[in-house]
Formats: sequence, structure tokens, C-alpha cells
Amino acid sequence: MTPLLEALDWVLTADSWTGPGGLGVRAGEHLLYSLLAVGLSALVALPAGLLIGHTGRGRGIAVVSTGVTRALPTLGVITLVALAAGIGLTAPMVAFIVLAVPSILAGAYSGVEAVDPQIVDAARAQGMSPVQVLLGVEVPLGMRLILGGVRLATLQVVATATLAAYVGAGGLGRPLFLGLRNYDYAMMLGASIVVILLAVVLDALFALGQRLLARRPGTA
Amino acid sequence: MIEFRQVSKTYPDGTAAVEDFSLTVPSHTTTVLLGSSGCGKTTLLRMVNRMVEPTAGSVRIDDVDVATVRPVALRRSIGYVMQNSGLMPHRRVVEDIATVPRLNGVPRAEARRRAMELMEVVGLDPQLARRHPGQLSGGQQQRVGVARALADDPNILLMDEPFGAVDPLVRLELQRELRRLQDDLRKTIVFVTHDIDEALALGDQIVVLRPGGRTAQVGTPRELVEAPADDFVSRFLGLGEGRRKLRAAPRPGGGQVVTDDAGRPLGVLDDADGGPSADAGE
Ligand SMILES: Nc1ncnc2c1ncn2[C@@H]1O[C@H](COP(=O)(O)OP(=O)(O)O)[C@@H](O)[C@H]1O
Ligand SMILES: [Mg+2]
Repeated sequence: MTPLLEALDWVLTADSWTGPGGLGVRAGEHLLYSLLAVGLSALVALPAGLLIGHTGRGRGIAVVSTGVTRALPTLGVITLVALAAGIGLTAPMVAFIVLAVPSILAGAYSGVEAVDPQIVDAARAQGMSPVQVLLGVEVPLGMRLILGGVRLATLQVVATATLAAYVGAGGLGRPLFLGLRNYDYAMMLGASIVVILLAVVLDALFALGQRLLARRPGTA
Repeated sequence: MIEFRQVSKTYPDGTAAVEDFSLTVPSHTTTVLLGSSGCGKTTLLRMVNRMVEPTAGSVRIDDVDVATVRPVALRRSIGYVMQNSGLMPHRRVVEDIATVPRLNGVPRAEARRRAMELMEVVGLDPQLARRHPGQLSGGQQQRVGVARALADDPNILLMDEPFGAVDPLVRLELQRELRRLQDDLRKTIVFVTHDIDEALALGDQIVVLRPGGRTAQVGTPRELVEAPADDFVSRFLGLGEGRRKLRAAPRPGGGQVVTDDAGRPLGVLDDADGGPSADAGE
């Protein structure tokens, strides 16, 4: 059997999924880390990005700083933070947030910027306050791009979250690194396949969300 | 009453859009700002609701300097109709019309009820209430724009070329209906246009503007046509052109036939209706 078929076979075996170190638990951890990282990033990056898009201020800084952070190697960040924070979830979480923030930020400000300025002008002229313009006009009309940023961030984090295992946390990186160390290529490849599946499913959910949004009238 | 007191506006890029403009807009009448594109009409109009801040001078509404009123509160008290309708593409017609009452704290159900009433006032089929603006014709969109501007019963209505983007027939109909509405509502309307016929049809007072927002002449439609202040106004009103240079000739059946300069008949002048000083209103 080729390694790929062996890997598939391993993934499709019920035994691989059960137990405390099984794929089920690992996939759950993986998903949890990813959603936590994206959620925490969104908590910071969404308001910041919306504000940048609304005011037009701070865009230059945002572009430069996201460019810089995007160039940071995630493994390097994990190692660096782990030196200070030790083994565990903190270091990979910081690295994933560094990874996710730029995408969410860029999606948020470009979503707001993409809204027709005449519509924003009309909203202001009716007497909407800046917050009302942002939440009532710019966010709903820019939602597709805003969601696009979160989608990209999720994809990046899910694909990278295997690195959590590098500093002793769980996730699908565990079987992957274990397989690598033990020359168990079926396990290694199998874990990768589950990561890919997870990413594809999440991405499809986002695509569906965006598709539904696109059907709403006026969405850019 | 709205007063422009020596207002100027120089945009940050150095464009002097308006220079030292003064005007009194009497309450409950329609004042038309008439001028060609780029002469500063929109700039002047938007000074009233603080969408533009003058770089010099002041705008006063009933003796209150608008600069002392919070922009959000000011705008909620003034109706504003824009050329491109400015409707919210993601909102249903009825929600959009209810915008200002909602902002002013009117409960949702009450605001909707008013919005439905206003749709009737501006001649919109109530069936359209649940549509989005993208599903309306240009003329319908402008009606929604007018309804939205009137929704919280403001004293002042600012209209910036509201009928400029619809086809000529619809435009005439909308003008007629605005006149009918104004007969009932008696709002203080500032209406911007570059269309001379529209200005003559709607204005109680017309302000002819030169580039740079300088006043060429202020007067009633009749005063402008009867006594244009200078060549610029005369040319702008097209008084030298065949279309507005009318002739009257006796008609066998009584009265007079009115023709344009090229001899095309425009209508009949009744002797009983006074002499050949007929208003060129329409
Ligand atoms: N935001 C702006 N920044 C710079 N120049 C502007 C701006 N708005 C208008 N202008 C300029 O000011 C002048 C008057 O514009 P506007 O008031 O829109 O005229 P109108 O409504 O009569 O066409 C024009 O030359 C226009 O290009
Ligand atoms: Mg204009």
C-alpha cells in the first residue's frame, strides 16, 4: 500500500478516533484552539479595523504593521514566547493571534471602505450619529468583506494550529509530530488529512455565509 | 427663516467654492438656487445642515447660528433630498422612510404607520413598502427620498437637484406634485437646480448664481424674466433664445396665438386673462 492509502485507512479506522489521545479529542482541541485564537483576534481586530475604515485614520499604520507581522514566522514567534511563558498553550495562542489579526483587520477596514461614500453621506445627512452610521450602514453593507477577513484568518489558524503540539499543547499536531518521530507515516499523513478536512469544512461554512449575505440587497 | 450671512467656503484643496454669499430665505416659501454645475449650489445647501462648515460667515435658522447646534440634532430636524436619492440599499422602503422618526425616538410601530402615510402623501403605492430601493424606478426612488425627508415633519426641506436624474416626463410630474405638496405643507424649501424651467416652475424666489457662489440676481420668477439684472442672467435664463422669445398674434377666433421665435405655436392667449405679459412659468 502507498503511504497515502495507509493514511486514509488509519483515518477511517474507528480505533484511531477513540480514547484520550484519539483523533476525536485531538480534532476537538484543534478546533477549540483555532476558534479561541480567531475569536480573541476578532475581539481586537474587528473594532480596530472598523474604526480605521470608518475614520480613514490609521490606515497607513495598519497596512505597515500587518505587513510586518505577516512576515513573522509563526514557529519563531512560538519559540520566542515559549521562552518567556513556558510550555503550554500561551505561546501558540499568541502566535496564532499574531497570525489572525492582520487578515481580520484588513477585511474589516476594506469592508467599511468599500461601502459607497454617497450612501454613507446620505446616512450622515439624515442625522445618524457616527456609531449609527458604522453599525447601521457600514457594517451591514461591508459584511461580506468583513466576514472574508475572518474566513481567511480561520483558514490560516486551522492550518497552523498543528504547531501547538510543538510546545506540548494538544491538537492535531500531536499525532502529526508523533508520527514524524516514530516514522509512522500513516499517522502523520492521516493527521494532516484531518487538518485539511477541518479547514475545508470551516471554509465551506464561511463560503455559505458569504453566499447568503450576497443575496441580501445592497451588500457590496 | 434661513439667513446666509457673508458665508464663504474654501475646501482644503484650495477650491474657493463660495465667496461672501448672503441671502435671506423666507419661511414657508420655496427658494431656488439656480446656477450651472460647479457654481457652489450644493456647498451652500449643505451649510444649512452642517454637512459643510463655512470657512467664514454664518448660517442662521430663525436667528440661531447653526454652528451652535449639534450636527446630529440639526440634521434630524431638517429634511434633505439628494439627487441620487441616497436611499439605503439594504433597507426596505418603509424602514428607510421611518429613519428620522426612529432616530428621534418615535416607537417602531408608530414610525412605520407614519411612513405608510407618507408613502400615500408622495403618491407611492403602499405595495412598494417592503421593496428595497434597487427594485424601484428612478422616479419612485425620488418619491421615497421626498417621503423620507418629510417623515418627521421638519420645517425646512433641502432639495439638491432631486429630480435631475429622472427622465423629463417623470420630472415634470414630480415637479407638479411637489407644488401640490407645498401648497398643503408650506415648508421652507431650499431647492437647488441648474434647470431654468424647473426653477421658474417651483421657485417663489430664485437666486441666480455665478461661479464661486456669487449672486447674480435674486427675485421672483416673474421679476427675473421681466427685468434680468444683466446679460449673464438674461443669457442664463435663455431669454435671448428662440424658445423663450415669444410672439403673440391675433387669432381669428379671438384672443392671440403665441409662438416661439421660430414661429412654432405654443398656445393661445385669452384676451380676458390680461395682456401679453404672460408668465413664462410653464
Ligand atoms: N469636498 C470638496 N473638496 C474640494 N472641492 C470641492 C468639494 N466639494 C465641491 N468642491 C468644488 O467646489 C465647487 C462647487 O461645488 P458644488 O457646491 O458641488 O457645486 P454645484 O452643486 O453648484 O455643482 C466646485 O468647483 C467643486 O469642484
Ligand atoms: Mg451640486
